[in-house]
Amino acid sequence: MNLEGPMTKIVRVFSNAVFAFALIFGFYVVLHGHLTPGGGFQGGAIMASAVALLLIAYGADRIGKGLKKGTLSSMESLGLLGFILLAIAGIASAMNVVFGNFLLDNSLGIFSEVPPTGVNPGYLNTAGTLPWMSLFVGLEVLAGLSLIVFNMAGGLPKEVKSSRGGEVK
Amino acid sequence: MIENLPFLMVALFIAIGLYAVLFKTNLIKIVMGISIIESAVNLFLIAGGYIKGGIAPIYTSAPEGESMVLPTPQALTLTAIVIGLATTALLLSFVVLIYRHYGTVDSRKIRGLRE
Amino acid sequence: MNKTIVFVAYVVFVAFLFSVAVGLRDFGEPVFDSMDQYFLNHGQSETGANNIVTSVVFDYRGFDTLGEATVLFAAVSGVFIVYRRLKK
Repeated sequence: MNLEGPMTKIVRVFSNAVFAFALIFGFYVVLHGHLTPGGGFQGGAIMASAVALLLIAYGADRIGKGLKKGTLSSMESLGLLGFILLAIAGIASAMNVVFGNFLLDNSLGIFSEVPPTGVNPGYLNTAGTLPWMSLFVGLEVLAGLSLIVFNMAGGLPKEVKSSRGGEVK
Repeated sequence: MIENLPFLMVALFIAIGLYAVLFKTNLIKIVMGISIIESAVNLFLIAGGYIKGGIAPIYTSAPEGESMVLPTPQALTLTAIVIGLATTALLLSFVVLIYRHYGTVDSRKIRGLRE
Repeated sequence: MNKTIVFVAYVVFVAFLFSVAVGLRDFGEPVFDSMDQYFLNHGQSETGANNIVTSVVFDYRGFDTLGEATVLFAAVSGVFIVYRRLKK
C-alpha cells in the first residue's frame, strides 16, 4: 500500500464529489451565521476539512502544483486585516465605540434592517456588520487550517539524518 | 448524585487525561492527554450555563413559551476550542522537531538538557 | 520511590475532584444570569441578529474574537517556522 502518492481511483472520484458539496455547505453556514447556529469559525472549519480531504486523496505533491502556499497566506492576511478594519471603522462613524454596528439603520449597506422582536422566520437582510465580520473570519480560518495541514503533509524529507550522528530511517 | 452527571463526567475526563500526562513515556501520548484535558474543561464551561427545560438561544422559528439557555458560556467556549487547536498543532510540530534531532520519541532518552 | 509519591498525589487529587463534583450546585440552576437575561431581551433590537450567540461573539464581546483570531494567526506562523527549519 503506497502511503505517499495518490490513492486508488474510487477514492479520488468520490472525494471530488464530496469536496464540492462540503465547500458549498461550509459557505452556507458562514453566510447564515446570524440566523441559524454557525458563524465564522464553524463554517471555516467545515471548508478546511474539505480541503484536507482533497489533500489526502491526491497526495501533497500534486496539490502543491495547483494551490500554492503564497495564495493561502495572502488569503489569511486579508481576512485578519478586513476584520480589524471593520472594527476600527466603528469609531469613525456615528457611534463612537470600537466594534460599533454602524451599518444597522443605514440605507447605504446591504444588510441593514432590524428584525421584528420575538419568534420569526429568519430574514437574510438583517444585522449590520455581523455577516461581513463572519465572512472575513471564515476566510481566515479556512486559509489557516489548510496551511497547517499542508505544511504537515510535506513532512520529513526522504533521507533524515539525525543531528547526533547516525541515520534515522 | 445522578442529576449532576455532566460534572461527574468532567471529573472522570480530567482523571483520564492526567493519567496519560503523568504515567506515559511516549511523547505523542502525552500530547493526547493534554488534548483530553482541554475537552473536559470546555464541557465544564457549557454545562455551567444550562437552565432546566431550556432551548437554544436562537429566535428563528423557536417554539413558543420556553425559556432560553444562557448564551455567554457558549460564546467563550468557541474561543477556547480554537485556542486548544492552535496549542495542539504547535505541540505536534515540536514533537516532529525532537524526532528529527534525537531519533526517538521516548521521553526517557531525551536527556540533552541535563548533560 | 519517585513513582510512588507521584501515584499517591494523583490518587489524592482525583478523590478531591470527585468530592467537589458531587457537591456542586444542581445541574440546571446557574448562579448569576442577570447579564444574560439582558442579552436575551435586548439582543435583537440592538444588534439586529436572530442568533444571540453570534451577537455576543461579534458585537457585545468583540475583543475576545479579535484576540482569538490573532492567536490562530500566531500559531500558523509558528508551524511555518518549524517546518522551514526541517527542510534545510
